[in-house]
Amino acid sequence: MGTATFVILAVIAVGSALGLILRRNPIHAALFLAVNLGTIAAFYLALGAEFLAIAQLAVYAGAIIVLFLFAIFVLIPAREETTPDPRRPYRILALPIGAVLLAVLVAVVAMGMRGPAGARTAPDGVQAIARLLFTDYLFPFEVTSVLLLAAMVGALLMSRRREG
Amino acid sequence: MVPEAWYLGLSAVLFAIGVVGVIVRRDPLIIFMSIELMLNAANLAFVAFSHRLGSTEGQAVVFFVMAVAAAEVAVGLAIIVAIFRLRRRLSVDDLSLMRW
Repeated sequence: MGTATFVILAVIAVGSALGLILRRNPIHAALFLAVNLGTIAAFYLALGAEFLAIAQLAVYAGAIIVLFLFAIFVLIPAREETTPDPRRPYRILALPIGAVLLAVLVAVVAMGMRGPAGARTAPDGVQAIARLLFTDYLFPFEVTSVLLLAAMVGALLMSRRREG
Repeated sequence: MVPEAWYLGLSAVLFAIGVVGVIVRRDPLIIFMSIELMLNAANLAFVAFSHRLGSTEGQAVVFFVMAVAAAEVAVGLAIIVAIFRLRRRLSVDDLSLMRW
């Protein structure tokens, strides 16, 4: 990925993230999140993680965003953030906290990048991750299926109307 | 070729935006979306390190993070909908049931 492409995509990613936390309407926020997840999929592609890029689009931009939109449709009457915020002075504190966190993270990245780079043999994409998932990470991979089943049952149980 | 440090910087920026979103907003849905933003920022850092080290292990971790995030969203949204059914309002400031 060229520098210009990276800068454009990074600006889109940061802009959509800011839109996500600044817009009052949750539907706009969900669509901004979709844009953000799409740009991150593009970054995965540029970093040689083709499988993750496709999985990102299918799982996040497909399933999770749709889930969010359904939840928003169910919850439309609960428009809470139109009233003035009684705790505004406390929430303003988020900005210095975020700034300090960002400074710390950037400092860590800058320090960590001083060391020598690794072998930099490009991993051969889908084959490499498939081999890894079905050998070294086979057990966690299978446990993932149990987790997803448990989440599905839990979500059904939670959203069921109580009879009687 | 863009150096990996740029990806890590972008990841740091996205993570910080997510943290600010979680603190600033009152709508639990938007707080949830900010959490997804943070998870994705961490995933981007994983993939960038995986590329830098020439190893696929980071990508495997990202795969598991995605699976856990999907489970988390399903259960979390079900909880939010259940709370809405119970109370007809949806602001994290009202949810102080478990606070001592």
